[in-house]
Formats: sequence, C-alpha cells, structure tokens
Amino acid sequence: MLNTADILETISMIREENLDIRTITMGISLLDCATDDPKRLCDKIYDKITKKAEKLVVTGENIEKEYGIPIINKRVSVTPISLVGGELSPEDYLNVAKALDRAAETLGINFIGGFGALVHKGMTRKDENLLSIIPEALAETNLVCSSVNVATTKAGINMDAVAKMGSIIKRAAYLTRDQGSIGCAKFVVFANVPEDNPFMAGAFHGVGEGEAVVSVGVSGPGVVASAIKRAGDCNFSELADIIKKTAFKITRVGQMVAYEASRRLDVPFGIVDLSLAPTPAIGDSVAHILEEMGLEQCGAHGTTAALALLNDAVKKGGVMASSHVGGLSGAFIPVSEDAGMIDAVASGSLSIEKLEAMTAVCSVGLDMIVIPGDTPEAVICGIIADEISIGVANTKTTAVRVIPAYGKKVGESVNFGGLLGHAPVIKLNECSPERFIARGGRIPAPIHSLKN
Amino acid sequence: MKAVITVTGKDTVGIIAKVSAKCAEHGANIIDISQSVLRDYFAMIMLVDIDELNVSFSDFVDSMAALGRDSGLVIQTMHEEIFQVMHTI
Repeated sequence: MLNTADILETISMIREENLDIRTITMGISLLDCATDDPKRLCDKIYDKITKKAEKLVVTGENIEKEYGIPIINKRVSVTPISLVGGELSPEDYLNVAKALDRAAETLGINFIGGFGALVHKGMTRKDENLLSIIPEALAETNLVCSSVNVATTKAGINMDAVAKMGSIIKRAAYLTRDQGSIGCAKFVVFANVPEDNPFMAGAFHGVGEGEAVVSVGVSGPGVVASAIKRAGDCNFSELADIIKKTAFKITRVGQMVAYEASRRLDVPFGIVDLSLAPTPAIGDSVAHILEEMGLEQCGAHGTTAALALLNDAVKKGGVMASSHVGGLSGAFIPVSEDAGMIDAVASGSLSIEKLEAMTAVCSVGLDMIVIPGDTPEAVICGIIADEISIGVANTKTTAVRVIPAYGKKVGESVNFGGLLGHAPVIKLNECSPERFIARGGRIPAPIHSLKN
Repeated sequence: MKAVITVTGKDTVGIIAKVSAKCAEHGANIIDISQSVLRDYFAMIMLVDIDELNVSFSDFVDSMAALGRDSGLVIQTMHEEIFQVMHTI
C-alpha cells in the first residue's frame, strides 16, 4: 500500500528536483532499405522511419500526462547510414541526411541519430564518402546527428580516421559559424561505441539489433544532489548507499516508462540507460553533486575520486532497478549543458586536462566543450586521440564532442540555446601534435594482461 | 487500476467538496484521502479507483487539472504505478 511520504517524495522529485525521463528513443533498422538507386533509397528511408515511429511522439506525450513524469525528448536512431544502400557519392549521402531530417520534421521528434560510420579498423569507400560530407550534412539539416566510431579495445585506434576528424569538425564549425558553430554539437567521435545508446548525438541502431526497439534514457542529477544534501556530512559508505538508493528509484521510473512505451507502440523494449544527464537549469547539474559531496568547486583535486564514486554507485543502484541496462549508463559531464561545469570552467577551476582525467572514471568523455575557433586541425585530432586512448586502454566507451567556435577566443563564450546550453571557450595546450597525427595507420589494440 | 490525485495550494473552504464532486462526475471512486503539509504548502492526496471512469484516463487528468486552474490550486492526477515502482521492490 502506498504511504503519504512516498507519494510526496516522488512528487517533490519531479516538481522541485527536476526528475524527468530525458528521452524515449526508437531504434529503427534501415538495412532493408538498401538499393543502388539513391533517390529510391531516400524515399524508402523516409517512408520506413515515418511509418515505424508514426506514434512515437503522441505515445510519449500520453505517458507523460498519465504518469505525471516529464519526458523531455522523443528521438529516433537508425542503422549507421554508411551500412545502408549501395555505392553512394558524397552528394547522395547528403540527400540521405536531408531525407532523415524531413522524416524527423514529419514525426515532430527532437533529433534523429545514425548519420555515421563504424571505422574502428578501416574505411570502405562508402565510409570515406560519408565522412567527407558530414560537415555539409550537419550544416544543411536541423535534427540530424552524426557519430563515428574510430576505435575499439579489440581493434585498436584507426588513426587515419582520427586524422580526418579534425578537418570534419573545423569545417562543420565554419559552415555553421552564424549559429555559434552549432554543427559540431551534433557530431561525436567514439571509442567502443555502444550500439543501443538512446542519447544524442551518439545514438544509432546497432547492426545486432532487431527491426525496431524502444529504449529510455533517464536523468535526475538534481534528485541525487538533494539526497546528498539532506544526508549532511555522512561517511563515504553512507554516501554511496544514498546515491544507490536514489539511482534505483530514478531507474525504476525509467523502466516503467520504457515498458509502457514498448507496450503501446508494439515495439520490443531495448534497454534503460541509467545516466545522470544534466541540463543547464539550476538544480540539474552533475557538477553540483560533486560540490555537494564537499568540493569547493568542480575541478578541485578530489573531483575524479568524487566522480568515480558517483558513477559506480549510480550503476549499482540502477542495475537492480531494470531488467536490461545498456547504452552509456553513468554520469555525463557535458560542459555547456551543466550549470556547475559552466561556472567551474569560467572561474578557471576546471581545465580540459582535468575533464580528460574525469572521463577515465565516468561515461562518455569530453563533451560539449567549446575550444578556440582558431584551434589547428591537428590539435583537435590530438584531443581525440588522447580521449579515445583512455577508452581503448580501459575497455570503456569514451567520446569527443568539441566545438571550435568560429571567431571565438579564450575568455569569450557561446550560447547554443535550449538543452545544449552555453559555455565559455576553454584554454588548450597550444603545442602541436601534427607530426604525431600525420604518421597514419593504426595504433595496435592494447594487451589486457600484465595490468599496471 | 488506481490513480493518485494531489491537490496543492492555499487552504480554502470547500476544496475537498469540489474535487470529490468532479471525481463523482467522471465515475472515479474515492478510496482514501489524506492531508499533509509539505514544506510551506498544503497538500491533499486522494487515492481513487479509475476502473469505472466514464471518460478516458487522459481526459480525466485534463479535467482535474482544469478544475485546479479554475480554483487557484494545482491538481495533478498520476497513475499509481509510478509510485509503486519507485517505492516497492
């Protein structure tokens, strides 16, 4: 039987602590759309997506209303586009991106992900054609997100692919220079990319997935921060317990929404991604959780330890709450989307080097970081190579989503609006890694014995 | 199936009467009522049976919310499952 305190706790979490379901994402396989005719390919892709996900938005809205839990985003992810279709030119791929964008507009969803390629060991001609047109695709569409997997722990790092990423990111920044280089916010480079991640910009429908699947990404940094605040100066064991219990409750709601969406849409349930995803709103920040634990400001020495504890406890609490956990599952640390991270970068407490260290113990990686607009391509490739190495060596997912904001220098800031937030331009090490990046080839897969 | 109706706002005469009348109009049977003060605001919680609703649950949610707006209260109706999953294993 329900008791009053439980009911009030749930309502307080939703109303005052920003508990929400961040996204319901429907993954749709496009493998059966393959055809040699580029025009027909676009038509088939548009038709399949708009038919399969026809009721996604209305279903999400109904669940939101009936259960009283906000569902912020409704999204679609598709098979990596480089795997779909026959021999396509870069221009053909651009038309596919536009078809995806049109489908997303028709459905009324927030984003569509999957305009990307898996090139962790090598690149086909199709992959290269797709990669070459990513900047234009990001600039000429509104809702299309793109991701590229350049490394896995088993294959090593494809440095030829990494070397291309710098120019893709710089060109996307240039083509969207009138909007703060927002094109780069829709592009992410991965190591060990998960095939069932419901979060953007990295969502795509993996090749091992079925025809369609529904996954849910939860959120709730504000709920965790409030619980820690109420607990006061407890010791670390108690702190971990509080986080676990809170993560359990958050994830149970995600599981319920995922099951209900799956039932109503008649599409199999995939996974719950139990990530703590911040938003720029006050009270919805991962950095503030770390500060609530006792750090003067995020970025202080001790931040990595605090984040490791948080990330581990979130997973432990969440795993029991859901029958299938997947995706990125952990704490996100996107700078522009987190009020506490923004303040920490602006005050100089949080540097890119510290952010890199933090990514070794939490999910994702260097995320939504605004770097100077004149950053050389090789430096961006160096940032990516470093971050990807952390993922490969530690058998975890890492990713890079940096924005070299056109014309902006350290000290200035960029506002993307909405959930993407705003951020100050962060200072980088300006020494050049150009000769290193130019070597080409692959960094071999790491050994996983002789652990040190 | 049951739903939880929460009513929050300033305490005035006739809140329970208004909310109960609206429930009866839509065929929602009141099972339990409790009142509590959460932080600084008055809160009433009702548990209602929604098996015999004469409108869709979605319309019932809207109708209760509209009553709240007209009366200067916040009335939220939520399926009880969200509370069950969060607080029971």
